[in-house]
Amino acid sequence: MSADSKAAASTEPAGVSPQVEPDEHPRSSPMSIHDMTVAYHRRPVLWDIDYNTPPGNLIAIVGPNGAGKSTLIKAVLNLVPTVSGQVSFFGEPYKKQRRRVGYVPQRSSVDWDFPVNALEVVTMGLYRSIGWFRPVTKKHRQAAMAALDRVGMADYAKRQISQLSGGQQQRVFLARALAQEADLYLMDEPFAGVDAATERAIVAVLRELKDAGRTAMVVHHDLQTVQEYFDEVVLLNMRLIASGPVGDVFTEENLRATYGGKLALLDRVGHRMTLSGGRQ
Amino acid sequence: MEITWTSLDTWIAVTAALAAMSCALPGVFLVLRRQSMLGDALSHTALPGIVAAFLFAHWMRVAGWWDEVEGGSFHALLFGGAVLAGVLTAFLTEVIQKIGRVESSAALGVIYTSLFALGLLLIRLFADNVHLDAECVLFGTVETVVFNTLPDSDIPRAAVVNGCVLLVNFTLLLLCLKELRLTTFDPALAESSGISSSLVHYVLMAVTSVTLVAAFESVGSILVITVLVAPAATAFLLTERLWSMILVALLVAGGSAFLGHWLAIATPVLIFQPLGFTTVDDTNTAGMIAMAIGGLFFAAFLFSPKKGVISQSVQRSLLSFRIVCEDLLGILYRLEEFARSDDAIRIPTGAPGATIDPRKGLSGKLLDRLAVWRLTRQGYVEVTETACVLTDSGRSVARQLVRSHRLWEAYMAKHFPLASDHLHEMAHRVEHFLDGSLREEIETELDGPGEDPHGRSIPDEP
Repeated sequence: MSADSKAAASTEPAGVSPQVEPDEHPRSSPMSIHDMTVAYHRRPVLWDIDYNTPPGNLIAIVGPNGAGKSTLIKAVLNLVPTVSGQVSFFGEPYKKQRRRVGYVPQRSSVDWDFPVNALEVVTMGLYRSIGWFRPVTKKHRQAAMAALDRVGMADYAKRQISQLSGGQQQRVFLARALAQEADLYLMDEPFAGVDAATERAIVAVLRELKDAGRTAMVVHHDLQTVQEYFDEVVLLNMRLIASGPVGDVFTEENLRATYGGKLALLDRVGHRMTLSGGRQ
Repeated sequence: MEITWTSLDTWIAVTAALAAMSCALPGVFLVLRRQSMLGDALSHTALPGIVAAFLFAHWMRVAGWWDEVEGGSFHALLFGGAVLAGVLTAFLTEVIQKIGRVESSAALGVIYTSLFALGLLLIRLFADNVHLDAECVLFGTVETVVFNTLPDSDIPRAAVVNGCVLLVNFTLLLLCLKELRLTTFDPALAESSGISSSLVHYVLMAVTSVTLVAAFESVGSILVITVLVAPAATAFLLTERLWSMILVALLVAGGSAFLGHWLAIATPVLIFQPLGFTTVDDTNTAGMIAMAIGGLFFAAFLFSPKKGVISQSVQRSLLSFRIVCEDLLGILYRLEEFARSDDAIRIPTGAPGATIDPRKGLSGKLLDRLAVWRLTRQGYVEVTETACVLTDSGRSVARQLVRSHRLWEAYMAKHFPLASDHLHEMAHRVEHFLDGSLREEIETELDGPGEDPHGRSIPDEP
C-alpha cells in the first residue's frame, strides 16, 4: 500500500510544489513531518506532506473543505493511521513528547450533555501529568481555575457544560489545552461559529502563547483574518500547496492553487485506489 | 390476607439490591458512552462463553486431568468463559464496524445474535442432557437465594457473591474514575494524553461481563438488562455531575430492589384480591423490580427538574405568564406616560385616558385576569372600581421594562438596516430577557441615547 501510494503520488503534476526545504536539525522544530501520506479506507486524503514547524510562531492551516486540515492534525497525533511517513516533535517521536503537545479538538467532537462542569473539563487537560490511578487534588483544580480565568470563563466554572454557549464551550476547550502547559498547540477550528468576545479571547491567548515562546498551529477558516492573527500559513489541499511567512506565502496565486479545485486528478486517482483496494 | 415481611424477605431484597447496584455501576458508563445495547449483547454472549467453559471442564474431567465438579475453581472457570466471551464480543464488534463500515449497533446486532445462536448450538450438540431451565435463565430465581446460605448463617451465598462484585466494581471506579471520565467524554484527548481508550473500553467490557454473570444467578437475565441501563438512564435525567449520577444510579438500583420485592408481596393483597383474583397470592420479585425501575425512570422522565417533560412545560408556562404580567405593567406605564404628555403618540390600547378594566385585564382571557390578580398580590398594581393603577414599586419594575424595550429598539436600529415598524415586535419579545447589566452595556455602546427610534424618551434606570 505504501509503495502504491508513493508511486501514485509521484504522478501528481509538477510545478505547484514549493516545499519547505528539509530541515537538517529537526530538533529545533516543534513538529517535523516527513513524507506523510494519510488514507481513509485506502483512499489517500493527504499526499506526501513535508513540513517543519518554525518555533515560536502562530501558524494557520488553511484550505477548502475536505482538504485534510483536521486529518493532518489527527494524523500527527496518531489519532488516525498514516500510510507512510514520519512525524517528530522536538526531534523525538510523539510518544516521548506527548507532554509538550496540546490538542484542542473540534467542539463537535464531544457530547456536551455529558455530566461534567466546565472546571472538570479543564482539569482533564491535567490528567496526563497526574498519571494513572492518582486522584485529582486541590492543586490541580486551582491550576484548572487559573486556565479558565485566562480565557475569561472563571465565572462559569461550576456550570454544566451543556448550559454554556458555543463560544463559551470553545473557550473551555482552549482553557483545557492551556492547563496542559504544552510547548506546541494543535487547534482544530477554534474559531468556528464563535461570538466576537470568544474570538477576541482566543486571539489574546494565542498572542500570550507566542510571547511565551510557544508555538500554535490552528486550522482556520476565515481567510480575512489570516494576516491579522497569524505569522505563518500552511496552504493545504490534499497536499501541501505552500507554507511559510504569511507575507510571502499568502498570495493570490497560492490561494487560487489551494481553492481552485484543480486537484480533480488526485481525487480521481485516490478513488481508483479505493476501488482496486476493495477488490484485493 | 396480610402483607408479611420476614427476615427472609429482607435477605431476598438485599441480594437483589446488591446485584442491581453492582450492575448499575458499569451501566452508568455504558449509558454515557451511548452503548446501552452492549449490555444487552453481553448478557447474551455470556451464554456461549459459559457453555464453552463448561464443555472445557467436562473434557478435562473425561481426560482425567481435573476432578472438580462444583467447587470454587469450577465457578471461576465459568466466569472466565463469560468474561472472554464479553471481551470477544467487544472486539468482534469493533472489527466488523471497521471492516464492514457499519454503525456500531448494527455490528453488535449481528455479533451477539450469532454468538448466542452458537451457544445454543453447543448446548444442543454436546450438553443436551444438561438441565437448563428457561424460566430460571430468563426471570432468575431471586426468591430462592435464601435456600442457599453460607454454613451456619442466614446470609445467602448470592448476596456475598454480588456484594463482592459491587465492592470490586466500586474500588475499580474509585481508582479509574478519572480515566473512565476522560475516555468516555473525549477519547481523542485520552489517546493524546497517553490513556488508551481501547484498553479502558476492554476493561470495562470485562468488568461488565463478570458483573452480569454474577447477577444472572440471582436475578436472571431480563432483570439484569434492566438494572444495567435503566438506573443509569434515570440518574442521567436527574443529575449534572458524574459523581451524583453514579450515586443516584446506585440509589435507584438499590431502592427499586426493595420496592420491587415489597410490591411482589403487596400487589396480590392490595390489588388482585380486592378485584376478585383470590388465587393469586404472590407475584414475581424480579418482574416487580423491573416494574419499579421502569416507574422511577418514567417519573424522572416527567418530573426531573431540568430535563423532565412536565417540568419543562411548567417552566414554559410560568415564563409565558411572567411575560403576560410584564406586558400588563408595560402598558400601564405607557398609559401613564401618555396621560402626562401632550403629543399624540399612538399606544397599543388606544385612546387617551384609556384604562385597563380590572375585571378583564387586557383581553378578558383567563391568563390576563390571572395577571391582574398576581400583580395586585405582588403589590405592583392597585385595583379600583374601574381601573388598574401602578403602585410605586410597580412603576419602577414597569420602567425597567419600558427602558429595556426602547434601548433594544435603539440598538436594533443602529445595527440592523430595518424599517422602524420592524423594531417593535422584536423589542417586545426581548424586553423580558434584559437585566440591569445588559441594559447598561447597551446604553454604553449606544453612547447614552436619550430617545428610541420612534422619538420616545428612554427612561432612566429607577
